[in-house]
Amino acid sequence: MNMKKIRRSLFSRTTLRAIVSITVFLILWEAGSRSKEWAGFTMPWIGLVPPPTSVLSVWWDLLGDTGYWQSWYLSLMRVLSGFVAAMVIGIPLGLLMAVSRTFNSITFPSFEILRPIPPLAWVPVAIIFWPTEELSIAFVTFLGAFFTVVINVLGGARSIDMRFYQSAQAMGSSQWDIFRRIVLPATVPSIVVGSSVGMGITWNVVVAAEMISGGGGGGGSGGGLGFFIWNSYVGGSYEQIVIGMISIGIAGYACSELLRGIGGFFTPWLRTR
Amino acid sequence: MASAQHGAMAPITSKIAISAGEMIVSNVCKSYGTGLFEKKVVKDCSFNVERGKLTVMIGPSGCGKSTLIKLLAGFEKPTTGNILLNGKPVTGPGRDRLVVFQESALFPWMTSYDNIMYGPIARGEDDKKARDLAEFLLDKVGLRDFRSKYPMQLSGGMQRRAELARAMINNPEVMILDEPFRGLDAMSKELMWEYYSALYEESRRTTFFVTTDIDEALFLADRLIIMSNIPTRVRATIEVDIPRPRKLADFFLGDRANEVKMTALSLLHEEAMRSFAGGSKAAADFVESYARRSQRA
Repeated sequence: MNMKKIRRSLFSRTTLRAIVSITVFLILWEAGSRSKEWAGFTMPWIGLVPPPTSVLSVWWDLLGDTGYWQSWYLSLMRVLSGFVAAMVIGIPLGLLMAVSRTFNSITFPSFEILRPIPPLAWVPVAIIFWPTEELSIAFVTFLGAFFTVVINVLGGARSIDMRFYQSAQAMGSSQWDIFRRIVLPATVPSIVVGSSVGMGITWNVVVAAEMISGGGGGGGSGGGLGFFIWNSYVGGSYEQIVIGMISIGIAGYACSELLRGIGGFFTPWLRTR
Repeated sequence: MASAQHGAMAPITSKIAISAGEMIVSNVCKSYGTGLFEKKVVKDCSFNVERGKLTVMIGPSGCGKSTLIKLLAGFEKPTTGNILLNGKPVTGPGRDRLVVFQESALFPWMTSYDNIMYGPIARGEDDKKARDLAEFLLDKVGLRDFRSKYPMQLSGGMQRRAELARAMINNPEVMILDEPFRGLDAMSKELMWEYYSALYEESRRTTFFVTTDIDEALFLADRLIIMSNIPTRVRATIEVDIPRPRKLADFFLGDRANEVKMTALSLLHEEAMRSFAGGSKAAADFVESYARRSQRA
């Protein structure tokens, strides 16, 4: 009862702070952008950015625009397909590298040479390799998450406490049983961390890839949020540039929250800390 | 709290038929590395872990006791010499010799109950009998209300008790405990001694218990093995012929207990001085606290 009260007051205080933080940020932004009208001089940098009020009014008009939502949809699909592919291929690969010394010594050197190459350096090759532009973008997005996922899974599975293996083995566990009930659950927290870092990189990569490739098959204003920003820049709509940026922020945040939720579901023992 | 609960219950032997094993360690040497880099950790070590007795091994920190545990458990092989369990050489880890480690090795992703059931499930014995036994042991270690809690939600003492239960359900012939109560606060440590002692008295399972705490060693031991500094050898063996059941409240008031304690302390002091001369920080700490202890006595 008492704990609940404390928790509630704490919660409301953090919420309050979040509201204050965003409001102050918006007011400063508005003041900075309108410094020419209000104070008679243009503030450097921020003075050239459209104020939040006009961004909001342009945004309001965009809400009914299918092209804008099409950009959301395309970017989201590219992120998800690349990300899911990275998880599906990366998790087993990382586990296999952790479990088998032979497999690890064969794959790890090539893996380590490919890993430092920035995903965007793959763009030309990807365009040559894949038949459609859509696939090229998805592939580059996949690379963004793939290496991070593998390295996290590998590291997580490698750092399992020796005593867990020893106890399990002494209690009569078979190799497969140890893998299923020790290695797998012990690696889940690293998989969660790897996937949330990977998700962040995926958004970075997809936006850049869309700008470079010209937005894939959608064309026009339907080429993903990255292309949406680029197109707005070329078309001179500064408000839309800002809208595109904030949209990516919101989309990335939503994806992270979703992952946190899924991760929490798979790691109930960490929720109790 | 634990011991009060425990006193009212059916003894463990009513549920498990204890088959106590016997271990013989003869002329065991263990060294790591070879040639110039060879480091001898255990040197010509011989002792028995007697059937149905609680054998406590004590020695200065870093003297290679943990290495001996790894050898007895079968996680590592001795360089020379051999270790027998009931006359058969130990070749690897097995459920007949279970280890309770220094710090909790409970699986963090399993609840207390699932941790206890780990062994039976691993061997495909997840039947009613095993589940009944798990329930019984949960009661026995006073964790009935914490059955669906994760290890991180348990206190240090509860974790130790859960781990004891996890080992006991497999009914090992020899229990090996590696400083199991290290890191607990003084209060819960003494509670655990009484609790553990009663548990042992009930089952009389062969036990090999390693510690650095002299009071713990004395209170629990049937036989005390004092180890030398590294490379570790048996320095002395003392029979702690103090009748059971023992109670902590009056145990150290007895003459015999104090006599054994002073003998053990002076031997340990010699060993510690030796490793102190070798520059060991742990030994320096021991020498200091020993000086304080003997002033008080």
